[in-house]
Amino acid sequence: MILNQFLILAAVLFCIGIYGVLVRRNGVLVLMSIELMLNAVNLNLIAFSAYLQETSGQIFVLFVITIAAAEVGVGLAIILLLFRNFRSPDLDQAQQLKG
Amino acid sequence: MYRLALQTSTEYAEKTEIASPWLISHAWVIPLLMVLSFVIILLFGKRMPKRGAEVGITAVGAAFVMSCITVFQWIQHVDKSLEGEGGSALSGFGKSFAFSTPGESSVAPITQTWDWWSNGLIKFTAGIQIDGLAVMMLFVVTFISLLVHVYSTAYMEHDTRYTYFYAALSLFTGSMLVLVVADNSLMLLAGWELVGVCSFMLIGHWWEEKPNSSAAIKAFLTTRTGDIGLLLGVIVTFFAAGQTFNLTEINEAALAGRGGHTIWLVGASLLLMGIIGKSGQFPLHTWLPDAMAGPTPVSALIHAATMVVAGVYLGGRLYGVFWQGFSIGDGGMNPMAIIGAITIIVGALLAFVQDDIKKVLAYSTISQLGYMVMGLGVGAWVGAIFHLFTHAFFKALLFLGAGSISHSGSHHSFDMKKDMGGLRKFMPITFATFMIGSAALAGVVPLAGFWSKDEILATAGQSGFHFFQIVGIAGAVLTAAYMTRCIYLTFFGEYRGHHHPHESPKAITVPLIILAVFSTVAGLANAAPLGIEKFVEYVEPRQAFPPIVVPEFEGILAAVSVMAVLLSVGVCSYLWFRKDQLGPFKGLTQRNAAARGGYTFLVNKYYLDVLYTDVVVGGIKGPLARSAYWFNQNILDGVVNGIGRGAPAIGRGLYKYVDQGTVDSAYNGLAKETGAAGGLLRRLQSGQVQRYALLIVIAIAIFSIALILAK
Repeated sequence: MILNQFLILAAVLFCIGIYGVLVRRNGVLVLMSIELMLNAVNLNLIAFSAYLQETSGQIFVLFVITIAAAEVGVGLAIILLLFRNFRSPDLDQAQQLKG
Repeated sequence: MYRLALQTSTEYAEKTEIASPWLISHAWVIPLLMVLSFVIILLFGKRMPKRGAEVGITAVGAAFVMSCITVFQWIQHVDKSLEGEGGSALSGFGKSFAFSTPGESSVAPITQTWDWWSNGLIKFTAGIQIDGLAVMMLFVVTFISLLVHVYSTAYMEHDTRYTYFYAALSLFTGSMLVLVVADNSLMLLAGWELVGVCSFMLIGHWWEEKPNSSAAIKAFLTTRTGDIGLLLGVIVTFFAAGQTFNLTEINEAALAGRGGHTIWLVGASLLLMGIIGKSGQFPLHTWLPDAMAGPTPVSALIHAATMVVAGVYLGGRLYGVFWQGFSIGDGGMNPMAIIGAITIIVGALLAFVQDDIKKVLAYSTISQLGYMVMGLGVGAWVGAIFHLFTHAFFKALLFLGAGSISHSGSHHSFDMKKDMGGLRKFMPITFATFMIGSAALAGVVPLAGFWSKDEILATAGQSGFHFFQIVGIAGAVLTAAYMTRCIYLTFFGEYRGHHHPHESPKAITVPLIILAVFSTVAGLANAAPLGIEKFVEYVEPRQAFPPIVVPEFEGILAAVSVMAVLLSVGVCSYLWFRKDQLGPFKGLTQRNAAARGGYTFLVNKYYLDVLYTDVVVGGIKGPLARSAYWFNQNILDGVVNGIGRGAPAIGRGLYKYVDQGTVDSAYNGLAKETGAAGGLLRRLQSGQVQRYALLIVIAIAIFSIALILAK
């Protein structure tokens, strides 16, 4: 069983995701990066599930996918409102909550 | 007579298993009803013909009816359980209890439990526990709430947020009912916090004005300070009782002294902090007078039924913990009694210097809550809970009366000196009911307050707490004096406002009359001297309960306290008329002299007893009379004036230095420090989402590295 390759792939995907979340200014791209991170985790879960012959990991992935869909729905709605208010999807402009 | 009510429960419970009627074993529907009413009003209230009020009133009316049924079912349950044991001779009404031998009787509370969630070893349950204390509270809460709901239809008629107000009232009532029926300390805590949130919403109901919203925040944060203690206390008792939140099990473990005395002392002290915060005890009482910023019906609800009595209820519910923790049975000084005693005096003295009628009542509530906490502290469980019961009626009456005055008499003002006076002519119903409420509060003989106060004082004396007994009598004297002052300022003399006072509409006067009736007769529920002890029979728990003293009636004590109260009223009346001669209200003297015989009989009676001594003596003009007159003028008057001037002066000093100076400035200092710390931390709040995300990622990285290194 080639577990390591999957784990390395997932780690790479996860890091790309973190990079995207921290660096990208466009809100839509930040959301996509979050999706990337979630899928990296899913990959890990499935890899371990197959490796350990245990189905609960796959069930968990199904939950994650469902919730990720809902999360994107909310996230896109927020970005839409941002766009309406600031005329750009740029996250740096939304800092009204600063102390 | 000493009575042991401590049992090891279970075997008796099984033996006396009785098929309970449906409602009492499903009492959770009562709080549920109020919460449903909250949701319905919030969602659909605005579109309804009466803007949501009808839903609230219907729900609370139904809850009240169900509570009454529960009360009767509980009484039946107790009677049947005792018959089932065969040892009791109790069958008829009004018969004094014959089942007080130790270990004889045991009536199990009716409980229903569900699994909430389980976490490995610990199982969390949700459940209800209905016993005498719970049904008594159900009755009081729904009763007062019903009257407040009806009253508000008139009082809040033109309010912009009428629907919202009714929704919040429903939730307020529902939360208190959750707290009352809870069988474990977690649910109790949840109800407790919900009550706090609702009081915040309602005190700040008119939040457009800054003082009102500040008062709401102050109320919330001050009680939160005490809540920290409560939360920690719940945790401590959880572990001390062997990992259980169940209230009965905690009481049993506490009374058995499981795990040593110290842990129960810690637990009791922490829980006491919660009581101090919620029930307005010294030194966390400062929020209560400020909470007068809320609408008057809310004040009535807060003071009589839903908010401040939660603390006393907690004390009564977890009495085993306090009994064990503070060694109440040994008759020594303990923090609970001391805090209560301080609160009685501090609250009563502060009431002298207020011009705002609601603030007088607020300080009076503080003082009366002091009675209840002191009662719990000296082992007068029955007295304290009974006082909670009677106090609910007359304090709700007084607050609703004050609301009626502001609604129809003084044009939305509560200032007794500027906008009131002479209102007895314009508002006869309000005046009569307010008089009854004040007399009940002061403890005048046949009215409600007398019986409960006497119960506390008698128990205090017979359990060996003579100091607290004296404090209690002193408190009664002060109570009578400040209420007399309040009544004179409000109802007597000349109208000082600039409007046209008139009597309030029926929706206001009918609740006042009902409450006045209850303030008169509620005391008979446990009139020990008459042989009626319904509270001992039905309210006092018989399981997991310490061996408290049931006092013998002491005629001398009752006579002394009543005499003290009457004397106090007399002195106060006397000073009032003296002030007329010298003070700002010139011209009143003649009118008073002419109308002296025309005052209502209550006032006149007490007034004549003391005030007219010098007039009568002066009229005789004999040598004996002259010397008596001299004695009266120079010695008695001096003493009387000294006392009269001393009390307000002490009150004023307390208010200025202790209340406003020390306590408030301590809080302000704390707030300032918090503000400064906030100033440093605000730089972290850049407002940029990605900056926050970066901080989170760094934190995760650090923790991961630490975890790897630790392995």
